[in-house]
Amino acid sequence: MSLPFLTPLESDALRLSLWVSSWAVLGSLPLGILTAWLLARWRFPGKVVVDGIIHLPLVLPPVVTGYLLLVVLGRKGLLGEWLYQGLGISVAFNWKGAAVAAAVMSFPLMVRAVRLSIEAVDPGLEAAARTLGAGPVRVFFTITLPLVLPGIFTGLILAFARSLGEFGATITFVSNIPGETQTLPLALYTLTQVPDGEAGAMRLCAVAILVAMIALIASEVTAKRVEKRLRG
Amino acid sequence: MLRIHVKKQQGSFTVDASFQVQSAGVTALFGPSGAGKTSIINMVAGLSQPDEGSIVVNGRAVFDSKKKIDLPPEKRGFGCVFQDGRIFPHLSVRSNLTYGMKLVPKEKRAIGFDQVVELLGIDHLLQRRVKNLSGGEKQRVAIGRALLTSPSLLLMDEPLASLDAGRKAEVLPFVERLPIQLSIPILYVTHSLDEILNLADTLVLLKSGRVQSVGPVESIVNQRDLPVFGDRDDTGSVLATFVDHHDNDEGLTYLRMGSQFIKVPLFAADIGVPVRVRINSRNVVLALSRPSDTSVQNILPAVVEHVNECDGVFIDVRLDAGGPVTARITKKARSDLQLMPGQQVFVMIKSVAISRGSANGQDRSI
Repeated sequence: MSLPFLTPLESDALRLSLWVSSWAVLGSLPLGILTAWLLARWRFPGKVVVDGIIHLPLVLPPVVTGYLLLVVLGRKGLLGEWLYQGLGISVAFNWKGAAVAAAVMSFPLMVRAVRLSIEAVDPGLEAAARTLGAGPVRVFFTITLPLVLPGIFTGLILAFARSLGEFGATITFVSNIPGETQTLPLALYTLTQVPDGEAGAMRLCAVAILVAMIALIASEVTAKRVEKRLRG
Repeated sequence: MLRIHVKKQQGSFTVDASFQVQSAGVTALFGPSGAGKTSIINMVAGLSQPDEGSIVVNGRAVFDSKKKIDLPPEKRGFGCVFQDGRIFPHLSVRSNLTYGMKLVPKEKRAIGFDQVVELLGIDHLLQRRVKNLSGGEKQRVAIGRALLTSPSLLLMDEPLASLDAGRKAEVLPFVERLPIQLSIPILYVTHSLDEILNLADTLVLLKSGRVQSVGPVESIVNQRDLPVFGDRDDTGSVLATFVDHHDNDEGLTYLRMGSQFIKVPLFAADIGVPVRVRINSRNVVLALSRPSDTSVQNILPAVVEHVNECDGVFIDVRLDAGGPVTARITKKARSDLQLMPGQQVFVMIKSVAISRGSANGQDRSI
């Protein structure tokens, strides 16, 4: 994808941003739904702590999150070394790392949106499904999940937007490598640091606004359609 | 056999209920709101857990705190109909109906889809969206959905309470047919006396989480020391009768009660069908000799059993007229007639309400 009015650096950044954000959001979606369900419907010891840890990236300075990711998932990190030696997977200084950073940063937003919509589902419906012979897992997939689809879409879009804008954790964790980890915000930052970069920065601003608007409108339209189909 | 013994502390409220009934037919859990009816039915369904006790249905324990048995709701095999219907909004009517049915192996399905659809008259609703169903239609779908799981026990938690009078009259006949056409025992929660008289065989009377009395509907309802009617305005008694014969010329149906007849306006019912007759105390007139020139059709000889001053203005006179009848009269009337226990009188019954076996339970004036 090379857009005529963007320089190669700029279109690379846009493509990478969309790629990284998509992976971040879709990759964390199953875990996000599961977490939201656990928090909304189950009581277990340490729930407050789990809730707190999930929300940490929302309140911590992103640089802190990025640094912690580096410590844990870097090639010499606690988990990173094991991942690299054992499975040959490395997320340090590549797009996968950028996706991980974006996923961690946007996770609380996704969980919040899904959790709210799970809590809005009448537990009586789930109880009724149980009495009809469905176990908890079947109830989740046949009753709860279809009813929270609008919330899942909202969560996806929120998380996607957050991922597109991710800067601090990404630059700390995987640095600013053109074509590899230089997403749109990082490219924009780079352009503001070089002479004659203003024009490029403006173009990226316009692209960012455009992408955000498309995402928002798409989410509205989809959520409305799903809502309509669910409620008749 | 349905054997329930449950104890549960819910905040400051304690349910501590034990009862045992023959499981055939309809057993009504009856009592004022806050009596623990819904708590008990939820424990039977497996939706809440008793602190201790046991729930045994036809010899199968679904809960037993001593033996550490606590089957989850999906393993109990009971059908549930809730007050608020709980129809799945994202599924079609047909998918709602088959939701539980599909989870039952084919060879274990006791009730067919077509049979249920016909029984509940929901054929025309199958393609409808749930949103476009009326309250009464929703309840019929909810009943069908539960029946299609071929339950060994049907739990109904005030299934008609959220419906207005018109919708109630629309659903009640379908509920009435269940115990007759299907041999599924039903545990039915209600606070409506009408529903009990129309549906129930056995009554479990609850108050403040405890069982006050268990027995056949007629005997419990007529026990004046039990507050079944409470302070209700419509105190009265219930007589168990059956259809003896119809007289088309007179336009009357003769209901037999022991050696006595109660005449009611002609209605369609087979000979021998049991019919409950409910007599409001206010519609009973007493006379010392048999009146002759009167429009009242039901004049029965009776013996005064008990005279009870109830609230200073009225007096309830309990009589044996071949069945229990109560008359509510004024103090003045009592002193005029000099009523004493053991006295022979005649009761004139102005109108009766007929329940069960009739097309509906409306008042029939005679």
